[in-house]
Amino acid sequence: MTTVSSAEHTRRDFLYIATAAVGAVGAAASLVPLVSQMNPDASTIAAGAPIDVDLGPVADGQILKVFWRSKPIFIFHRTKKDIDEARAVQVGRLPDPETDQKRVKDGHDQWLVLIGICTHLGCIPIAHQGEYDGFFCPCHGSQYDTSGRIRKGPAPKNLALPPYEFVSDSKIRIG
Amino acid sequence: MSGHSTYQPQGAFMKWLERRLPIAGLMHSSFVAYPTPRNLNYWWTFGGILSFMLGVQIITGVVLAMHYTAHADMAFNSVETIMRDVNYGWLLRYLHSNGASMFFVAVYIHMFRGMYYGSYKEPREVLWILGVILYLLMMATGFLGYTLPWGQMSYWGATVITNFFSAFPLIGDPLVMLLWGGYAVGNPTLNRFYSLHYLLPFVIAGVVVLHIWALHVVGQNNPTGVDPKSAKDTVAFTPYATVKDSFLMAVFCIVFAWFVFYVPNYLGHADNYIPANPAVTPQHIVPEWYYLPFYAILRAIPNKLLGVCALFGSILILAFLPWLDTSRVRSGRYRPLFKQFFWLFVVCCLGLGWLGAKPPEGVYVIAARILTIYYFAYFIVVLPLLGIFEKTRPVPNSIAEAVLVGDVPLGASAPPLRHG
Repeated sequence: MTTVSSAEHTRRDFLYIATAAVGAVGAAASLVPLVSQMNPDASTIAAGAPIDVDLGPVADGQILKVFWRSKPIFIFHRTKKDIDEARAVQVGRLPDPETDQKRVKDGHDQWLVLIGICTHLGCIPIAHQGEYDGFFCPCHGSQYDTSGRIRKGPAPKNLALPPYEFVSDSKIRIG
Repeated sequence: MSGHSTYQPQGAFMKWLERRLPIAGLMHSSFVAYPTPRNLNYWWTFGGILSFMLGVQIITGVVLAMHYTAHADMAFNSVETIMRDVNYGWLLRYLHSNGASMFFVAVYIHMFRGMYYGSYKEPREVLWILGVILYLLMMATGFLGYTLPWGQMSYWGATVITNFFSAFPLIGDPLVMLLWGGYAVGNPTLNRFYSLHYLLPFVIAGVVVLHIWALHVVGQNNPTGVDPKSAKDTVAFTPYATVKDSFLMAVFCIVFAWFVFYVPNYLGHADNYIPANPAVTPQHIVPEWYYLPFYAILRAIPNKLLGVCALFGSILILAFLPWLDTSRVRSGRYRPLFKQFFWLFVVCCLGLGWLGAKPPEGVYVIAARILTIYYFAYFIVVLPLLGIFEKTRPVPNSIAEAVLVGDVPLGASAPPLRHG
């Protein structure tokens, strides 16, 4: 064997680099299915299709709970008092400022549709409880008002709104 | 592992084997002839107890896996089947569930011992960090295991813990969905948690091998913190350490058995005997007792992201301990001020544990904030400064001197070592 000076490029150098490059690409590509399989599978996504909810039976002040994409959805038929309370607040002072008008659909002020999951660590808040007549989370004491906005406690954000639309005056489609 | 290679294989077969796979020689030099400091006290027996508990958990766990069904609709009932129908199923499950608690009792004693006697200091940094990794793996395994019975606490504990990751901006929500395999905790979550719960104990076993390897390279610390200097400072692992370890292991097993046979549900939560219900969160969510101090730290901080960072930080900071403690004296025995701060730290951890089980309101939150500040201050302020300002007591010249002459009184110079 003769010693090859490091400045010279040999066929072994080429093989070494080519093998390393192919190996690196292969290793990275194999991560795609390994990570992707963890995400929701096709049946879970299919089961997450939009659902229709009839609002007819929901009385004044009542909260209907339905499940969409394994998440509890609160459909809150608000009384005039609830709406007035939500709109009397100075929006600028809220931890996550948002007007009540932006959280409901125009002309359907009495219907508040929320994802009933505390934005802190995912527990389900209890309705009609807490200092603001809205929702109270038993896990870490977050309190929401009658617009589902965070008022007090460790939760950083207002209760999220699911995508939904009014199909008729008494029916909504969530999703 | 660097013991004395005094092993002489006996008999034709052992001689034959030793030339091909010197495993008996390795065992002999690691666990028989291995020199241990002569002054080890009972606080040094918990490493052996931890290895034993890992074995108990793996054996009972593998057997339970033969009867358990990892499906959201069947998991709860399969656990009840284990309790009622499987021969000795009640015993195996109670051994496994209480075994987890005993495992954590032992690891906390083991960690506090290391912190008191400065076992993390040079040259044992890697040994210590491997220990922190083992502790993290234990916490992960314990959490995953607690979700498997699929009761209310299982379900909502899994929800709360996985939601920690939603605190991170941008990547938070997709990451949580990746962990769940759905839009909420559900059957895919249970399945992957079961898979990982079965895997991690063997990862732990692998890291334990590294931990023991590192231990045998640098040698054991001892109550004086002085390295062994001559043969007079050490005794052979067998019989001296073997019998001491075994004795306390037997005592430990009596305590373990008392929990298993007399109060098997004392450390659990009644709510976990209610099947998981995704529509109702239990009134009072509490993790298992061994996570309570960290849970108290999480709740002490009124901001979600900072709370989660403080929780992870309170565990990760342990890995930096070797560099945060600036004192040149290894053992707390010769550090009068350190001793006081150390015991205050122990009380602080117990206090946080107690507060973690209390509702997050009023005076409990204030107390948790004070203790959280002390928890971090101990690492970031107290330990770095103590090393500079503390006047330490004289350290003995050797282990033999400390044992045969006794400790030197404060302020006195070390007496000459008696030769004899």
